[in-house]
Amino acid sequence: MTGKTLYDKIWDAHLVDQAEDGTCLLYIDRHLVHEVTSPQAFEGLRMSGRKVHAPDKTIAVPDHNVPTTEGRENTANMTEESRIQVEALDRNAREFGIHYYPVTDIRQGIVHIVGPEQGWTLPGMTVVCGDSHTATHGAFGALAHGIGTSEVEHVLATQTLIQKKSKNMKVEITGQLPPYVTAKDITLAVIGLTGTAGGTGYVIEYCGQAIRDLSMEGRMTVCNMAIEGGARAGLIAPDEKTFAYVMGRPHAPKGAQWEAALSWWKTLKSDDDAHWDKVVTIRAEDIAPVVTWGTSPEDVLPITGQVPDPSEFQGGKVEAARRSLDYMGLTPGMKLTDIKVDAVFIGSCTNGRIEDLRAAADILRGRKLAPGVRGMVVPGSGLVRAQAEEEGLDTVFKQAGFEWRLAGCSMCLGMNPDQLAPGERCAATSNRNFEGRMGRGGRTHLMSPVMAAAAAVTGHLTDVREFVAETV
Amino acid sequence: MDKFEKLTGIAAPLPLVNVDTDMIIPKQFLKTIKRTGLGVNLFDEMRYDEQGNEIADFVLNQPAYRQAEILIAGENFGCGSSREHAPWAIRDFGIRCIVAPGFADIFFNNCFKNGILPVVLPQEQVDILMKDAEKGANARMIVDLETQTITTSDGVEIGFDVDPFRKHCLLEGLDDIGLTLEKAPAIAGFEARMAQERPWI
Repeated sequence: MTGKTLYDKIWDAHLVDQAEDGTCLLYIDRHLVHEVTSPQAFEGLRMSGRKVHAPDKTIAVPDHNVPTTEGRENTANMTEESRIQVEALDRNAREFGIHYYPVTDIRQGIVHIVGPEQGWTLPGMTVVCGDSHTATHGAFGALAHGIGTSEVEHVLATQTLIQKKSKNMKVEITGQLPPYVTAKDITLAVIGLTGTAGGTGYVIEYCGQAIRDLSMEGRMTVCNMAIEGGARAGLIAPDEKTFAYVMGRPHAPKGAQWEAALSWWKTLKSDDDAHWDKVVTIRAEDIAPVVTWGTSPEDVLPITGQVPDPSEFQGGKVEAARRSLDYMGLTPGMKLTDIKVDAVFIGSCTNGRIEDLRAAADILRGRKLAPGVRGMVVPGSGLVRAQAEEEGLDTVFKQAGFEWRLAGCSMCLGMNPDQLAPGERCAATSNRNFEGRMGRGGRTHLMSPVMAAAAAVTGHLTDVREFVAETV
Repeated sequence: MDKFEKLTGIAAPLPLVNVDTDMIIPKQFLKTIKRTGLGVNLFDEMRYDEQGNEIADFVLNQPAYRQAEILIAGENFGCGSSREHAPWAIRDFGIRCIVAPGFADIFFNNCFKNGILPVVLPQEQVDILMKDAEKGANARMIVDLETQTITTSDGVEIGFDVDPFRKHCLLEGLDDIGLTLEKAPAIAGFEARMAQERPWI
C-alpha cells in the first residue's frame, strides 16, 4: 500500500461522512470570520432560525474595510459603508457568542495574522475563512483554505464543509536561498513557473531545504500565495520551528494536552512512498529577487529582466499580456529597473508581520523616500505594531517619510480610503496586481519587503542586492 | 436556491483569460450587507468609464448582449478573491451559465451555491461556442443540465461533465445546509470522538 501525503492524513483525520459518489463532509476545527464576507451568512442563519454550531471554534475580527488612521475606535470616523459592516460584525459576534477582537483591541489585525499570533491556528487542523488568503495557515501544517459566503453560513451552521478531495502536488525548493532573496521571491517564482491556474485542483505541499530554513513567518508568506497559483491550499509539514512558534500562545494547548498534541503533530508529514500527482522542483540558488510586470501574479520576472513582448506568449495570454502592458503603461524591452514608482506599500497578510517590517526597516534606516514618492506601512496586527514600536522601527519608517498606520488590510485591496489614484504606480508587498485592485487605474508591482524598501529610496524598481552593495 | 434545469438564452462572448473576481465585481461594491442588487455593477470598471457612463464596446453594453444569460469566457475564469459577490453579481445581472476552459476553485464552488452552472470544456469546444456567441442576439444556445449538453444556434451539440451531487442539487434547487443537517448525528459522533482523541481542539 502506498503511503499518505500530509494532506491525505489531515483529510482522513477530519472526515465525518463520505457519500458513494465521493462527496465528503469534512469537520472544520477553526472558522475565522471578517466583516466583509460574513454579514449575509449571519443574516441567513437568522432568517432560518439557526445557531452557530461551535461558537468556541469561531473567531471574528474586522480587517478588510477598517480605516487604518487614528480615531477609528469611534465608528463615526469611518465611512458610512465601513461603519455598517463593522457594526454588523460587532452585533453578530455578540448575538452568536463567538470570539471577537474589535478595532479597540490591541490584538485586532488581519485575520490571517491574528489566527497564528493568538495560537488559534495549530498543526493538523482544518481552518477556513471567507477569504482566499486563508492558505496562509498552511504554514503550520494545517489544511486551510478560503470559502465563499454560502460556505461561511454552512460552516457556521454545521461546523462542516461539503468537499471533494483535491490532488496532491509537491513543490520542492532545494538548496539555500541567496542573500536578499526571500520567501516572497520563492512563492512568486513558483507561480511564475506554474501559472495562476497551475495549481487548480491541487493542494500543494512545499518542502525542501530552502523551505525548512525559512522562519514560520516566511513559511506563512509562501503558503499565503498558494491561492495565487490556483491551489486550494498550501501546506508545510510542522517541525521544531512550528512547535516552538506555537508553544505558549494564548490558545495553544498547555500541560498534558500540549504533550498529547505534540506527539500527534510529530506524525504529520508525508510518507516517503506517498503518491504525488504532480511534482515541481526549483533550486533555491536559481531564484533571484523578482517583481511582477503585469496584472496577474504569474507575470513574474527577475528584477534583472526586461518587460516582455506580448508576442513571446501563446494562446489567450498574448491578448492578456497586451492588455496588461497597456494598463500598466509599459513598453516591451524596457528594463524593469527603469520603471519609476509613485508609491510604496508595506503590509498585508503576505508581508505584514514583524520580520517583514524589520527587513524593510533595515534597508530604510537612515535613508529617505525618493522625492515625490509616498510610502505607507500598515502593520498586520496591533501586536505587530506594538512590537515594531518597541524596537523603534516606527521611527525608522517615519524618518524615511513613510506613514505609520494602524492594522488592517488597507491598500492591498483598497476597500477603505487607502487607495492608489488612477495611473499611480506602486511597489507593493501585497499579493495581487489585478487591474484596479489597489484603486481604479492603479498599477501594482508585487515584490518582497526589502525590494519595496529599495524602490522607495531610489524611486524606481531596484535590485536590492545592488542597492545594498552600492550603499554600504 | 433557484432550480437550474434547461436554459435557452443569449450567450455573450468574453474571450479573456484570467478574468479575476476584482474585474467581476470591484471591491467598492463589497460594502453591501445584502446578496442582491449587484448586477448593475457587474464588470464595473470594464463596463463604465470614470464618470459612470457606459463604455459602448464592452460586450454587455452592446444591444445584442444586454439580456445575455450565458457567458463564454477564457481560461481560469474567476481567479483571485473568494468574494461570493462575484457570482451574486453575475446572477443578479441575469447570467445563469458560464462556459470556460477552466475556473478558479473557490469561484467554481460559489457558482453552484447560487444556482449558476459553470461548465468546463476543452479550448476547441469553447472556441466553437465563442464563435456562435459572437453572432449576437439571434444566436440562442440551449443549456440542458439533465442531458448535460449545450446546443449551439446551428444545432451543434456539445456534451459536458458535471459532478453528480452538484447536478442533483442544482436540478432540485436544494439547500446544502439542510442536507448537511440531516447528518447531525454523524457530526455529533465525530465531535464526541474528537473530544477524546484531540481534546486540545
